[in-house]
Amino acid sequence: MSPKTQTVRHDDANEPNEKIVLRVSDLRVLTNAGDEILHGVDFALARGEILGLVGESGSGKTTAGLACMGHFREGLKFGSGSVSIWPRGDATHLEVGDLDEVALRDLRGSRIAYIPQDPALSLNPAMRVGEQIREVLDIHGFGSSEKERADRVAEVLVDVGLPGDKTYQKRWPHQLSGGQQQRIGIAMAFAMYPDVLILDEPTTGLDVSTQSVVLDTIRQMTVANNVAGLYITHDLAVIKDISDRVAVMLRGDLVEEGPVSAVLERPQHEYTKMLMAAVPDLAGRKTIGDGAAEAKAVAEADEKTHILVSAGEKPGDSKSDRSDADGAAASAVDSDVSAVEGKGKSASENAPLLEVKDVELAYGKAQILDGINLTLEPGECTMLLGESGSGKTTLSQCVAGLNDDYKGSVKLRGTELARSTRKRTNEQRVGIQYVFQSPFSSLNPRRSIGQSLTVPLEMSGQGTAASRKATVEEALDSVRLGRTFYHRRPGDLSGGERQRAAIARALVNAPSVMVCDEITSALDVSVQASIVALLRTLREERQLAMLFVTHNIALSRHIADNLAVLNKGKIVDYGLTAQVLENPSHEYTRALIADVPKF
Amino acid sequence: MFGKVIGKRLLFSAFILIAVSLLVFGATLLLPGDAARAILGQQATPERIAALNEQLGLDQPAWQRYFTWLGGLFVGDFGTSSATGGSVGALLGDRIGASFILMGLAALISVPLGIGLGVYQALHRGKRRDQAMTGLSLVLAAMPEFVIGIGLIAIFATSVFQILPAVTLAPPGEPVWNRPEQLILPTLTLILVVTPYIVRMMRATMIEVLDSGFVEMARLKGVPEKRVIMRHAVPHALGPVAQVVAIQLAWLAGGVVVVEFLFRYPGLGQALIDAVTYRDVQVVQAISMLVAAVYVVVNLAADVVGILTNPKLRSAA
Repeated sequence: MSPKTQTVRHDDANEPNEKIVLRVSDLRVLTNAGDEILHGVDFALARGEILGLVGESGSGKTTAGLACMGHFREGLKFGSGSVSIWPRGDATHLEVGDLDEVALRDLRGSRIAYIPQDPALSLNPAMRVGEQIREVLDIHGFGSSEKERADRVAEVLVDVGLPGDKTYQKRWPHQLSGGQQQRIGIAMAFAMYPDVLILDEPTTGLDVSTQSVVLDTIRQMTVANNVAGLYITHDLAVIKDISDRVAVMLRGDLVEEGPVSAVLERPQHEYTKMLMAAVPDLAGRKTIGDGAAEAKAVAEADEKTHILVSAGEKPGDSKSDRSDADGAAASAVDSDVSAVEGKGKSASENAPLLEVKDVELAYGKAQILDGINLTLEPGECTMLLGESGSGKTTLSQCVAGLNDDYKGSVKLRGTELARSTRKRTNEQRVGIQYVFQSPFSSLNPRRSIGQSLTVPLEMSGQGTAASRKATVEEALDSVRLGRTFYHRRPGDLSGGERQRAAIARALVNAPSVMVCDEITSALDVSVQASIVALLRTLREERQLAMLFVTHNIALSRHIADNLAVLNKGKIVDYGLTAQVLENPSHEYTRALIADVPKF
Repeated sequence: MFGKVIGKRLLFSAFILIAVSLLVFGATLLLPGDAARAILGQQATPERIAALNEQLGLDQPAWQRYFTWLGGLFVGDFGTSSATGGSVGALLGDRIGASFILMGLAALISVPLGIGLGVYQALHRGKRRDQAMTGLSLVLAAMPEFVIGIGLIAIFATSVFQILPAVTLAPPGEPVWNRPEQLILPTLTLILVVTPYIVRMMRATMIEVLDSGFVEMARLKGVPEKRVIMRHAVPHALGPVAQVVAIQLAWLAGGVVVVEFLFRYPGLGQALIDAVTYRDVQVVQAISMLVAAVYVVVNLAADVVGILTNPKLRSAA
């Protein structure tokens, strides 16, 4: 048992009082091997209020949430502490830890309900959606008749803003959109009028506009049913939007707790401060990742403690550093433009580095891309913004030559590229490099980082074995991993380190264009901040042009010079980032900006 | 919608069977030897051979013989055995029944048994009983059917106990089910060969399903464990397992040859071996078509199970 960390509390609402429905005290959870995952967590949920539980992946927030329901995932077990619940109408409270299987089952889904992270995975694909809601009512014996239960299904569907009719209830989960699926999940949770709701990142997989609808539904339902909610997320912007109170978790400890306004505006704990600094804001008032300073700190620090170290170093010294870097960047861009012009003239007159012209792509009747025009100059970053299904990944694959079904042309330095990478020349292939979304699946787990990074060099047939190794080590240095990572395998690396390695792989061939496909989406905010800082530095150092594909509009001012908004295969807004954000010309862009949770 | 999908598959299956019939017929044309000479022996005069050829229709061009044969298949006429001179249908009738009893019993027992054991193992994964069963199923899966058969004979019929017959005792013409005890060892052999694969596949699929989000969700909804398994988990595991079951049942159609030979069981396998020995082309063709039909039917059944357990396929197709 490790000592418990003192939680910074902003008020005394966590002390026992009559509003509290669920109270967790000194909760400890162990792995089957006996290692402690939660080191004594205390929090309380009050009726009609939502407590946001924030923390990065691996901080134990989901474990804490599930422990409230007496559920422990494979490999975990209850350690010590207590979870008490005061159900409506009951005189006494229940100790979740003392209940047997049957009593626990009675509690789950009826008194304390769960809304899971990924609705696509949590709805049974072989059961009709109405039936899945009905199942909860049947098991817990809602009402007294069949009809009453059927009516309740229809009623709760209407409550979450879905049609309650029989035909809708007969749909299969795959016939609904992500947002509708999540609302089915919410309806299922609210069906039995629960007292407590555990929400485990319910909007993480959703687009901003869908997210705002789902958040609205959750807020209304919580207030209308007077439920106590625990909202687990890593997204501070969502917390600000939805919860009344917030608790911050760091590696199994609760470090800070209090009302949202107090914690987010006057964070006391260093980790909270660091988290706050890492959140990208649409207005771009702050510099996430603190430029190169933080990136270096991350690389130098031990991987387990880097969060705290960088948090400690962060305020103060970074400002001067940042302005220096900006100045350097500006001058570097100037000199580079002239340099490229000098070079460019020999090949073709003033052609942009990358030019995408009238690119179209259709699968059968479905038009995925519809007349796309884009240009990219050296050292420039264009953000390609769009929701899932907008065609943004397809477009980046066309540019990189991974998808050869398109019509139209992609030119690099004025030369039209063949559609498929196989038909492009070596030099052209080297010129455009691609970084994939998930660092967990884009690196071969059986190869060391060094081996993986050498492959592109072997493919382009450059240099000797010794010179390749030198190039790879240099690339590892430039992504701030350091050459000691040469012999390590992806399995030993954290998500952020893997993504750095994947970026280094794109860099070894010294490309002029880098296509980054949602490369920060799978990462925590603080890691995202450091990757964004790294990309900024790389652009300054290498005059790299970037196509940064994302659905996260809040990142735009932090990374991109230009912003292209993609909607249903068409670019609806395109221009300098500031201009597009301030004067969006298309309705869709306006809606996107309005849906971003304000920070 | 669903009927349309099945109709499509049925049509497709019919095409496959016709393609198989072409192959089977073509292959028998290429076989060396002369049926008439095989029947009449080396001393036969050319006149007698020509006469027999005419009687058997062997003087007609190949394509004409193919269509006569194919047309016969549709009305259940498998032609005339060149070895016995009798109708192939009558010759195989009893044997088909005997073989299907063996295969049917093996399938009826091994499929539910395999699925049940797989689910049991998945629910107790990592524990000692799971490890023991995994080991045992691997050993069984690695053993060829004749080794298992001989082992069973040694244990139950000859060396250890003498409680079951080692070979089929029924005289020709008597239905095999008149003496049920003689069915036990051949059926058991087939079961021991087929079940381990089903168990292993079911265990693997079930473990994957038990780890999925919707099973955790069902538990967090308060669904009783039995219902979680039967209603939420098992149906999802059945789709992939149905494919393995189909391969195993299709194997039965061919694997039964060795087992029947081992137990002197009067089934299709025996008939096939005899027919090949006596160059009885008509019988070989008929049995090949039957085996092909079994393959097509069980695979079709597996596809149907797959579609039934996956609404995505059901509504997309």
